[in-house]
Amino acid sequence: MSRQAARTGDPRKVNGELFTLTYGALVAQLMKDYENDDEVNKQLEKMGYNIGVRIIEDFLARANSGRCNDFRDVADVISKVAFKMYLGITPVVSNWSPAGDEFSLLLENNPLTDFVELPEGHDSLNYSNILCGVLKGALEMIQMDVDVKFVQDHLKGDNITEVRLKFIKRLEDAVPVGED
Amino acid sequence: MADEVPFEFLHMELVAHIHNTSTKEENDTCIAKLESLGYRVGLSLIERFTKDCSRFKDELDMMKFICKDFWNLVYKKQIDNLRTNHQGVYVLQDNKFRFLTQLSNGKQYMEAAPKYLAFPCGLIRGALCSLGINCIVTAEVSAMPACKFQIQIQRL
Repeated sequence: MSRQAARTGDPRKVNGELFTLTYGALVAQLMKDYENDDEVNKQLEKMGYNIGVRIIEDFLARANSGRCNDFRDVADVISKVAFKMYLGITPVVSNWSPAGDEFSLLLENNPLTDFVELPEGHDSLNYSNILCGVLKGALEMIQMDVDVKFVQDHLKGDNITEVRLKFIKRLEDAVPVGED
Repeated sequence: MADEVPFEFLHMELVAHIHNTSTKEENDTCIAKLESLGYRVGLSLIERFTKDCSRFKDELDMMKFICKDFWNLVYKKQIDNLRTNHQGVYVLQDNKFRFLTQLSNGKQYMEAAPKYLAFPCGLIRGALCSLGINCIVTAEVSAMPACKFQIQIQRL
């Protein structure tokens, strides 16, 4: 047992790295497949969306967090429960619009970009764009149409990574998505 | 914290993407692509994972490490059975392989199993390569969700 303990570092941390590295390999593969940043962004968002529509189920089962009354509640649950649960970080919720339908998630350290440096000439690549897709997909499954996009990205030299979420409308009829 | 969930979903998307983008290509190319992605991840992952480890005694010791610690790290469980012929072939059996548990247990989706095993095979190969062992890793499924990984050491 003592040997075992000496051998394993911090499995939790390294497990996060497994995700980071796999994501990195995926993005690299996409760059090879498309050679066009915008196309890669789109693809990442699409994959994120696919993840989002399924991960919400896992989330609801695990978190057991009850109903949200307004968009502010939603923001809190996303940052304090969802991000904490899956990525181990708690983004700061800020920059609310006066109408309360738009806010930003500020990520101080983004685990997806842990070992990443963007090579020259990829200014329009949103490396972590998968997050937008996940958020959009997940929220859509709970009847919220939300626009999600990156406003600032640490990788591009900004001080902080900022994801902007804008509430568009409540989806009334839950039409099965992806049935096209 | 449920940080294994994002990885699992990401892997599913990865498999789906590789197969969607290569309709004309042979299935083998997709498998090879996924394997090499896994290799790349395994290579760098083990480097960070073993940085505070004591030195390995021998080959078997490394295999045990893969079965216990590495498997635990990636799949949150250990390998159920490790067998070897002591001549460079190791068989790792996982009775409930994580990437297969989402598939139906019957025979219906047996054909789909290999594409979910390519990345894990690459992971093992990459990890062992980083530890100084050149090998070939293949996977075999006889009854879902159990799975056997065969590691064949390449000696020069």
